[in-house]
This record gives sequence, structure tokens and C-alpha cells, in this order.
Amino acid sequence: MGEVAENIQNIIKPENLVYQKSPVLTDKVMHYCPGCSHGVVHKIIAEVIDEMGIQEDTIGVSPVGCSVFAYNYIDIDWHEAAHGRAPAVATGVKRVFPNKFVFTYQGDGDLAAIGTAETMHAVNRGENIVIVFINNAIYGMTGGQMAPTTMVGQVTATTPYGRNVDLNGYPLKITELIAQLPGAAYVTRQSVQTPAAVRKTKKAIRKAFEVQADKKGTAFVEVVATCNSGWKISPVESNKWMEEHMFPFYPLGDLKDGEREDPEALKMNV
Amino acid sequence: MGELRLMKGNEVIAEAAIRCGCDGYFGYPITPQSEVMETLMNRRPWDETGMVVLQAESEVASINMVYGAAGSGKKVMTSSSSPGISLMAEGISYIAGAELPCLIVNVQRGGPGLGTIQPSQADYFQATKGGGHGDYHLIVLAPASVQEMNDFVDLSFELAFKYRNPVMILSDGAIGQMMEKVELADYKPRWTDEEVKEVSGSWAAIGKSPDREQNIITSLELASDKMEQNNIRFQAKYQKIRENEVRFEAIECDDADYILVAFGSAARVCQKTVQLARAKGHKVGLLRPITLFPFPTEEINSMAGHVKGFLSVEMNAGQMVEDVRLSVNGKAPVEYYGRMGGIIPSPDEVEKALEQKLIGG
Ligand SMILES: Cc1ncc(C[n+]2csc(CCOP(=O)(O)OP(=O)(O)O)c2C)c(N)n1
Repeated sequence: MGEVAENIQNIIKPENLVYQKSPVLTDKVMHYCPGCSHGVVHKIIAEVIDEMGIQEDTIGVSPVGCSVFAYNYIDIDWHEAAHGRAPAVATGVKRVFPNKFVFTYQGDGDLAAIGTAETMHAVNRGENIVIVFINNAIYGMTGGQMAPTTMVGQVTATTPYGRNVDLNGYPLKITELIAQLPGAAYVTRQSVQTPAAVRKTKKAIRKAFEVQADKKGTAFVEVVATCNSGWKISPVESNKWMEEHMFPFYPLGDLKDGEREDPEALKMNV
Repeated sequence: MGELRLMKGNEVIAEAAIRCGCDGYFGYPITPQSEVMETLMNRRPWDETGMVVLQAESEVASINMVYGAAGSGKKVMTSSSSPGISLMAEGISYIAGAELPCLIVNVQRGGPGLGTIQPSQADYFQATKGGGHGDYHLIVLAPASVQEMNDFVDLSFELAFKYRNPVMILSDGAIGQMMEKVELADYKPRWTDEEVKEVSGSWAAIGKSPDREQNIITSLELASDKMEQNNIRFQAKYQKIRENEVRFEAIECDDADYILVAFGSAARVCQKTVQLARAKGHKVGLLRPITLFPFPTEEINSMAGHVKGFLSVEMNAGQMVEDVRLSVNGKAPVEYYGRMGGIIPSPDEVEKALEQKLIGG
């Protein structure tokens, strides 16, 4: 063995390990485009499940959209839901398994278009679930059509001249709406384009699961995300585009941090 | 003998659900079946058995709650009426595609569209031929009495778990709303977590233990060759159901020259028609399919060899008559008589139709 190789062997020792793939991630190669945020958020969720030691007690609900195969990557039991219906499916799971951890993982088309009703009502009931919401301002899987969250002026396959409010309506700040609901306990908006942002998002997702453990109400984590394929720019440019165009409209940070409204305080006097 | 009560069909569905150890009901109000959830809410089964009852924001949500809870390997159900069942079609297709057991009760009303709140059988095609997208079948049970509303709840769960397939009780507003004497079943306890694990642990999403692979509830398979294999497996299951689960009732069919074929409320009417016709000297019998899928094809076909004709009596424009014709396969004449829009035919108008279309003709 050469000197360099020997040095490397000395370095690769369990006691020197500072980072490794979470055991809650499977070995399957992810199908996501390079630069896509889905993979990073999957990694975070797997790490949180591992660190909280809740792999056996967690059931995920995967969406329709690019992350439809989330179940292939995070090594827990899963339930694939129809487009937009994940919060209803999660409600069904959680109601019959009140002590399990249940989370949905949804894109903007899934959560803010076809599944608006299911999302609003699950949160309004204060279901003790976690909703992870990936907002990449476009429909990734179906080829880059306009989403409810598409920015004004943004070019997509169905807004080839840019989103026009007169024609297409306004971008939907669904997370702001969610934060108004009495059933919401913790509502936050994060991103994953830098290591610091990844760490913040991980903290948020961990907190969301803890909120669920404490049965405080619905925990909702939006992650403002990139879709370089859909946006037709490079991953690096995507990060810049997101910071420049999306963050002013979708500002990062907590929108609500507490617990669902006290039902007793709302009771009518009879 | 079990407890005897005078109850509405809809109330009995609720009572039977509690008594058979159902874990969850998710629904949305619609006439003429709202008493199912109302009865459940009144009975507070969560205190008594731990059964979950939840009013969803829509039928779309309620069937997806059923989908989630059914994927947990537990006994779960919903009920609705025709327009609501249409909204559930997407979810039902997913449940069939993911091969999950559950119970869906359709207390039919007249359509299409918002239609009427009066009883109808116009959802026969939707119930028996799929209803949602893709090649799938529900097991469809058609009660003709309040007693059967009771009995079919437990039977539905039994069949649903046996075949891992959604089961529909296809009832109608008349049976849902009418009161009859009913003998209630004894209480069965809900399955414990251990029993759920035993019954459903090989496929249900109940939390992955380190000693097994993931359980993934999904209907997705992007590779066409594998999807075809899934479909071949589904079809083999439906074939097995056809071979093993046909249920029907034959009333005065042994010596019959003419056979009425009717299910549910229409069969109740036809029972009287048989008496009226026999009083006039016509040898008439009634074949009442209890399972609409699987349909009693072979039984009808074997009768076709020695009768002069069949009359399919339905509260729709003639949907089941297609299955009767396929079953008879040309061996005898098959006619249809029915009323639509929420009207129940009277026994003597059916008798008249029988004379006009078959006996006299
Ligand atoms: C009922 C129904 N309508 C439409 C579709 C097609 N479809 C698949 S994914 C998708 C959009 C998903 O977009 P989003 O939720 O933003 O997720 P992304 O792919 O961007 O991650 C659509 C419209 C479908 N699968 N089901």
C-alpha cells in the first residue's frame, strides 16, 4: 500500500465519521433531475425520522407529481394518494392510527390546485399531521405547465407569453391562507438552496414532527424550491432566479408558531 | 336469536357497522342516506368500541379518507347516494387498483345529475361495470330488505378482506328509508392491533418494522408490462369471485314458465307480481340476484333452457337486462320493464307488462 492510500485508510474510521447517508434512505437511485430540490428534502425527512427514532411509527403519503415515487427512497411504509387527495388520505390514516406519525409530501399543483379543498379542510380540522409542501412554481412532472403558484410573467408551457393575471389569475399564497386557519399549529416557509437553508429546513421539519407528537394541530412546512428542467435554466441559475423572483413574493420564515386555537375559547355560550 | 328492533334501513347500516367491529366511517351528507352518519354520531361508537366517525368536507375527501384508513388494514367504510358516488369514482378506482378492502354503501336516488331524492336503480352500470377508470370490479351486494341491510355489512367486510377488494352495498332510497323488523347481529369486537397485524400485516401500511420490506399502498406501475401483469392478476381475482361468490334467491322458479329478474326494491315489487300472476294461472317465478357482481349468469343460463321467457324489472332504463341477455345467450326471449326518475313500479303494472311483453305475445 502506498503512503497516500495508507493515510486514507487511517482516516476512514468510524470514529472519524462526520456525515453519512441516513439509514432511512433506501439505496435506490433517485429519478429526480440534477439540481431538483425534491432529493434534498427527502434526505432531510429521512434524517429527521432517523434522529427521532420513529421509522417504525411513521407512515408517509406520497403525491401525484414528480415526487410520486417518494416511497421508493424513504424506507418507511407509504401510501400513494390520488392527485391532491393526500391530506384526506393522511386524515384517514391518522384517525385510525392516532399514535403514528403521518405526513404528506406534496407539490404546488397537488396541494394548491386540485387538492386545495382537501388541504384547507385537513388543516382546518387541526389534523395532527405534517404537510410538506414543495413549491417550485410549476408543474414539473407533466412538463412545466402553469401552477397556482407560478409567478406573474413567468413563462410556462401553458403561459408561453408569461403568466398574465387578466388571463390566468394571481399566484396563490396558499401558505398565508393556511396560516389563518385555527387548526394550524406551525406554519413555516423555508428553502434548500444553500447549506444554511438546508439546516433551517431540517430544523423546521423536525419541529413539525414534534408538533405532531405533541398533538398540537397541523404542522405545515413549505419549501420554496427550484425546477430547473421546468424553468429551462441551469441549476445554478435556478437558485438565483428563485432568490430574485420567488423570495420577495414568498418570503421565508415562520408564519405561525404555536398550537391550534383553543376549542374551548371558541365555544358559543348556551 | 339476536336483538329484534324496528329500524330504518339507513339506521341499520350504522348499527351493523358498530356491531361488526368497524374501525372507521367517513362520509358526507346526502339524501336519502344521511341517517347513516346521523345514527353513528348519535350512538357515539368512539366511546363504545373506539370506532372513528368523521364528517368529511366532500365525497372526494371521504372516499380518500377511506382509502387511507383501508390501507391501514382496518375495517372502514363510507356511504353516499348517487351524485356522491360519482364524486367517489376516482377514489374507488384507486382503492380497487391498490387492492384494498373497504365497504361503500350507495343508497341510490334518481338521476342523472342532481336528479331526485326518490329511490332508483340507475347506478347499476356504474356499480357493476367499474364506475371509475380502468378495468376493475367491485363486489356488489343488493339488499331487498332492512334485514339484508344489516346482514350485508358484516358480509361485505368478510368478502372485502377475503379478496382485498372494495365491496359495494347497492341499495336505494326506498330500502334506506323504510322501517322493518330487523334482527341485529351480536357485537364483534374490533380487531386489536395484533389482529390487524395478523390479518393485514403482509400488505398494509401499519409502520415498517426492521424485519420486513416496506409496505407501499399504490396503484401506480409505470412499466406497461408490469401493469398488464397487475391487471391479469386483478382479472384472475374477479374470476375467482365469479366462481365462488354468486348469491341469488329463486322464488317459485322450479315450475315457472316465465321468470322475472329483479333486485332490491324492484324485487320486492316482483314478489307480489308473482302472486298476482299465479292467481291468474300464469306460472311465474322470480330470480333475485343478491350479488350483482358477480352476476348469477350460469343460474340464469341453465333456467333459460326450460322457460318461455324472462322479464327484467328495473328502476332504470334497462341496465341489468343486458346482463340477463348475456346470461340467457339467445336461449329464450328477454324483455325489460322499468320505471325511471325515482318511481317504483307497482306489482300490477309489472304483471301487465309481463302479459303484454311475454305471455300474451
Ligand atoms: C386527476 C389528475 N389530473 C391530472 C394529473 C396529471 N398530473 C400529474 S402530476 C401533475 C402536476 C404536479 O405538479 P406539482 O404538484 O406542482 O408537482 P411537481 O411535479 O412540480 O413536483 C399533474 C397535473 C393526474 N395525475 N391526475
